[in-house]
Formats: sequence, C-alpha cells, structure tokens
Amino acid sequence: MATPLVVSDVAKSFTMHLRDGVTLPVVAGVSFSIRAGECAVLGGPSGAGKSSILKMLYGNYAVDEGQIIVQHAGGLIDVASANPRAVLAIRRQTIGYVSQFLRTVPRVPALDVVAEPLVERGADREAARDKARELLSQLNLPEKLWALPPATFSGGEQQRVNIARGFITEHPILLLDEPTASLDAKNRDVVVELIAGKKAAGVALLGIFHDQDVRDAVADRIIDVTAFAAGRVAA
Amino acid sequence: MTDIATYNFAYLDEQTKRMIRRAILKGIAIPGYQVPFASREMPMPYGWGTGGVQVTASIIGPDDVLKVIDQGADDTTNAVSIRAFFKKVAKVAVTTETAKATIIQTRHRIPEHPLNAGQVLVFQVPIPEPLRFLEPRETETRKMHALEEYGLMHVKLYEDIARHGRIATTYAYPVKVEGRYVMDPSPTPKFDNPKMHRSPALQLFGAGREKRIYAVPPFTDVVSLDFEDHPFEVQTFDQPCALCAAENVYLDEVILDDHGGHMFVCSDTDHCEKRRADPSSPLSEGRAEGAGGGDLAASPATPSPALRAAPPHDGEGKEAR
Amino acid sequence: MTDEPLLRVSELSKFYGSRVGCEAISFDLWPGEVLAVVGESGSGKTTLLNCLSTRLLPSSGTASYRMRDGQWRELYRMSEAERRFLMRTDWGFVHQNPADGLRMTVSAGANVGERLMAVGDRHYGRIRATAVDWLSRVEIDEDRIDDEPRAFSGGMRQRLQIARNLVTGPRLVFMDEPTGGLDVSVQARLLDLLRGLVTDLGLAAIVVTHDLAVARLLSQRMMVMKDGRVVESGLTDRVLDDPRAPYTQLLVSSILQV
Repeated sequence: MATPLVVSDVAKSFTMHLRDGVTLPVVAGVSFSIRAGECAVLGGPSGAGKSSILKMLYGNYAVDEGQIIVQHAGGLIDVASANPRAVLAIRRQTIGYVSQFLRTVPRVPALDVVAEPLVERGADREAARDKARELLSQLNLPEKLWALPPATFSGGEQQRVNIARGFITEHPILLLDEPTASLDAKNRDVVVELIAGKKAAGVALLGIFHDQDVRDAVADRIIDVTAFAAGRVAA
Repeated sequence: MTDIATYNFAYLDEQTKRMIRRAILKGIAIPGYQVPFASREMPMPYGWGTGGVQVTASIIGPDDVLKVIDQGADDTTNAVSIRAFFKKVAKVAVTTETAKATIIQTRHRIPEHPLNAGQVLVFQVPIPEPLRFLEPRETETRKMHALEEYGLMHVKLYEDIARHGRIATTYAYPVKVEGRYVMDPSPTPKFDNPKMHRSPALQLFGAGREKRIYAVPPFTDVVSLDFEDHPFEVQTFDQPCALCAAENVYLDEVILDDHGGHMFVCSDTDHCEKRRADPSSPLSEGRAEGAGGGDLAASPATPSPALRAAPPHDGEGKEAR
Repeated sequence: MTDEPLLRVSELSKFYGSRVGCEAISFDLWPGEVLAVVGESGSGKTTLLNCLSTRLLPSSGTASYRMRDGQWRELYRMSEAERRFLMRTDWGFVHQNPADGLRMTVSAGANVGERLMAVGDRHYGRIRATAVDWLSRVEIDEDRIDDEPRAFSGGMRQRLQIARNLVTGPRLVFMDEPTGGLDVSVQARLLDLLRGLVTDLGLAAIVVTHDLAVARLLSQRMMVMKDGRVVESGLTDRVLDDPRAPYTQLLVSSILQV
C-alpha cells in the first residue's frame, strides 16, 4: 500500500505587515511521512509549530516552500500548491481534521452537526444520523443534548461533539489537534479506543496530544518538531 | 366649403391633426402598442375625454355621422357636450343610433348593437398603461412591453383570486392584442371585452392627459388574460332590463328614490329605446312614447341622468381601485 | 460536481470616468460554490457584483456563463431580453434592502409566484401551492401568504426575498450584504437558513459582504478587494486564518472579539 501522506522540506513563516513587515519564521525543512494504519504524534514544546504543521497539511495555512503529497482520488496531489477547489475535494474525500474548538452554525442540533460531514459526502441523512447517535452515545454525551444546538454546551461537551464529527467519516488521513484537551479520563479512554479503531481500519493519523497518557496509548511514533525549528535552517 | 374654412375643420389645426393621424396609423400598424403623441389642450378638462376628442377630431370628415356615448348613454352631460362640440366645430351630422354612426366616441362602453366594417369606435382612456398600478416607472413598463415581460399582469389577477376567491377585476380588464401587446381596454366593463375580439370595426384609443394613442385594427385577436383554473368570464345579470326586458346586455343600477328603491336597466340607452320602440317587441305596447331615434330629449320612461348610479367622470377615479 | 465552471470572469474592469470601480478581476466559479467578496465600502465589491449580474456594463473584460443547455454565452454580448430572462430564471439577486427586491404592495404569495407567472405558469392553484411550499422553506407561516411585505419584519422580508428568488430553481444567486441591517439574532437565523438552502439546492453564489463572519459561515472561497482590485483570494478559512496581504491582515485584526 502506498504511503498516504508524504511531507518534504516544508517551510512556513508569517510576515506581519501590521508590524512593519517583520517576518516570524515558524518551521523549515519539515519532512516526514505517515503510513496507513499508523498514528504519529507531533512532539515538542508549545510554540514549536505543531499546530501550524497540521494546519498546512489541511490547507488551512499557506505553505511557503516544500510539498505535501497525499494519495487522493487514485493519484497523488500536492496540498501545498493545490487550488482551492482541489483542497476542498481533498478535505471532502481524503483528509479529516478534528480541531480543538467547535465552530458551528447557531441553530443546527448537535446530532446534525455530527452527521453533516457524512451527508456532505452524499450519505443518506437518516443513515448518517444513526451513525452520529452511535458515536455520541459512545462518547457519553447525554441523549437529551442531541437535539440542541451545541453553542451553549460546556467545553467538554462541545469537544465530544467535535470528536464525533471528526471521526464519523472514513477519511484515509485524519489530523487530530488536541482532541482530548478538555475531556475527563473516561472520555479520553473512549477517544483512545476510537483512534485504535481508525488504526485498525488502515487510517493514517497525525496528532497533537498534550496529555502524556493519551500520547503513550496512541502514538506509534513521535515526530520531534524542534528538529524543524526555522532558525536551524537559516532564517 | 373653401380651403380656408376647412383649415381648422373640427377644431384642431391641420398640423396637429397630421401629427395625431401619424400616431393613429402607427398604432394601427402595431396593434395594442401605446404611441406617444403631443396631446393638445382642449376646451374641456382632463378626464372629460380630451384624448378621445382629439382622435375624433383628427379622423372626422364632413360626411361622417357621429355618435357619442357616456357609460352607454347618449343623454348624459359628457356625451351631450361632446356631440354639441363637433356639431359646432365640424358641422357634422350626429345620431344616437349605433347602426347609423360612422364614428362612435365612447366613454367606458361598447354598444350592444354589433358594429360593422367601416365604423370607428373611439375610446376615451384615463390611464393607458395596464402595468401602471404594479410598476410605477414608465421606463420600466416600456421595457416590459418591449421585451414582452407580462408576468406582472398575472400578479394582479393572482392578487384578485387570493383576496376574493375569483378574478375580481370587472372593468379595465387587461387583454392581449394579436398575441403580442398587453393592453388596457379603457375602463369598459369586462362584459364588453369579447366584443373587441375580431371586431369588424376599427377601435382607436386616446388618452389626452397621458398623451398616448393606441389601436386595435379590424379583425384583430383580443384575448382577456386569465388562469387555466380561473378562466375569464363576463358579468351575468340574474334579471333582464327592467325597461326593455333585454337579456345578455350590460345593466346599470338606477336608484329610484331615497327609500332603497332601485332597478336595473340597459346601460346602452339607444339599444333600450330601440327595443321599446320596436312594434314587434312584446314590450312596445304603450311604452314606446318618446323613444324616437334622433330625439335627444330624455324619454319619460328613462330615468333622469342625474339619478344614474355612476357619476360621469368616475373613469378618472381609477386610482381608487 | 461537474468539471466545468458555471461562470468565467476575465480581466473585468469598470471605470467611472477616470475613477476605478473595479479593475482586472478574474476568477472562475463552479456549480455549488459560494464565493465571498469582502472589503470595505468603496472597495469596488458592489460595482463588481453589479457588473457580474449585468445590472451594470463593465468598461472592459469578459464574463461567460454556462447556460442550462451547456452552451457558453458571453454575458455582455447577450441581448437585454436574454439577460433579463436569465435574471428571472437561472439567476437570483438578493438585495441588502428587501424593499429593492420585493414588490411591497402585492402579497407575499404573489411576490413568490411572480417569477413563475413570468415564465408562463398560468395555473393559479399550482402557483399558490408552490408559494406555500417556498414560504415554509424560508420559515414564513402559511397564513401570512396574503399579507403584504409591508407588514413583515426586516428578517421576514429578507427571507421572503430569498424565496422569491429561489422559486425558479436558479443555479447562481448574487447577494449584496444579505444580512446587513438586521439584528444579530435575526442575522444568525438568516445565515443558517441561507447556508442550508445553498447546500440543499447546490446553489452557486457570489456574496458581497463586509462582515468576515458572514463570509466564513457561508463561503468556501473568498476574494478580498481594496481600491477596486483583488488583493488576496483563496479558501475562506485560509484567507482568514493565514492572511498574507497587508490589507487582509488589517481587516482580520480589526474584527471585534466578543
């Protein structure tokens, strides 16, 4: 099976035009690959650029240099240089993303927030809702909340809705940005289970986990981001 | 008559008549299209038929026989005045008999007696633009006519059905002429719309204040707009004319006293009088007095004009719809 | 998703005398795609919208549209009759002020039904049934169908305007500040509704807004305009989360945090 995700020589800096155009280097020379069924974890202190790397892989941040090659729609495509339409297609079919925060539309009930990614991919709405129910109950979200819009939920509840939304699809690549940050131990274990399930299904996972226990439980390998510190390559 | 004497024949000067005739010819060439024209001040107020009078003045000749009706009646102020006007300025023969007239100027009715080829019916029009009440911009309504965008006309009919359960427009009922232009037939009752369809007479429309002339040439299709599930229908009356017993004619309600007494009589006075004068009519016996053809005096059996339910200038009150 | 765009815009410019309305705008729009055009007032975004919707003729440049029959047509070479027909069948235009897009003196039902009647529907019962259906889709009670929009709140008017536009199943909708002038809570409801309709119907839309939150919620792609030119464009979340152009950075940093 071909490697689903190969990152080579990626560099990123921010130019702050509002502060006299000062340039903040973030990372440089980022190179790694993730195999199918593997969960790699980005390691390093905060500010090292872990989140920026995830966001570049997802097309959310622009890439200054390098390539991010993914297996997509039967071919290879470079996320770093793909046009917006291609990036959208990659997000729809190939790369899933679980962020720290839930961004939702005001009036949509939690159940539909979770089911939406499947519906967008053409699944039947009721089938998608069934799967959403399954995930939400697995994540111990009280059933009485399912029909409510998540905007007023607690941080942990929103996080679980977010995780369910991220895990409901069958993307071959899944990016996890601290999905367990505001969860209690019981629900952290559920997430660990979910990740194990994805691994077994051959999904390539790349995540950021600050929680040592979770990291130890899911990581096949740690990618040390300090190795990509921008200063080391010539800023 | 000398050339000098004919120079101002029928009130208007030759240049003005030429201009109006051009507008009329253009209107005939493009059935239902509103042709702008340089409407003149006439010796009567707007709303009393200045448009119709200018059209009549432009087409009338010394040999014409003129009939003027107002809501179907030959004997109301407006009709009497306009007839007197042309008698004076054109010295033409006048009549109240539909069949004898060559030109019939009308305010809001088409005579019951079928018109013939060679006759000209001149309508007085207060507001020529059928789209006006839904689209106030003249620039936009012109564009809509040009591009044949007539969805809005059905919006009006839709509103009628939504409010009243049926198409409640009873006069100035919009028509499509020769499959192209939507036209306001002037505030005639919709009862008269079918008479316009393929009429052998030429129909001319003059709007003095709005400065528009339009025409329906003889034998032209004039189709009333409607919906498939709410087809066009004319008014029906559940009783015949109280004077001549005519059925399938348009009736006016006439108030008889201030105790609620009223009756329904023919709006077309000529038609009514003819029927009553006809010796073969079962009604004629003892009721024919005073119904002479050219006699303008009101017949004793005919209610006085002042009592007619509709005041003479209500066509101008169209805004109040 | 088809492989062909719906609209191709190339080097579109509009000058008002020597003043620039918008200059050298090029982009493609695909079916089902929502493009947000952001910028402050005077940036040329409304001029661009008016050019694209053929309400205004550009000074130079071309815009081609793929008609329902698959034929490509150049918008500025079409006759006025064809353009107007396009505008009331395959296109929609949602104005910021609903009074500009509605007939305020005819009922809600007739407002929705007008486009149907304009394309030749002559069956009252069918027109009314469609109007009822569309009113419910934009969350207006059926018993308001015979009321005039004058009696409606701002939010309801805007929803009615949307229904009026969508009744003929257009493929492309232009929106000029669709939530401008509405209360925040009403805005949220409208955005949610719009988002749902756009997804369900697979509409392509060009939304002009100065509100970056509206752009983020509705659009996949955005263009940032300043002084008549596009200074930055790309995926909406990319432009907002990693703004590159100085002006975009200024815009993004100017958002009030609640």
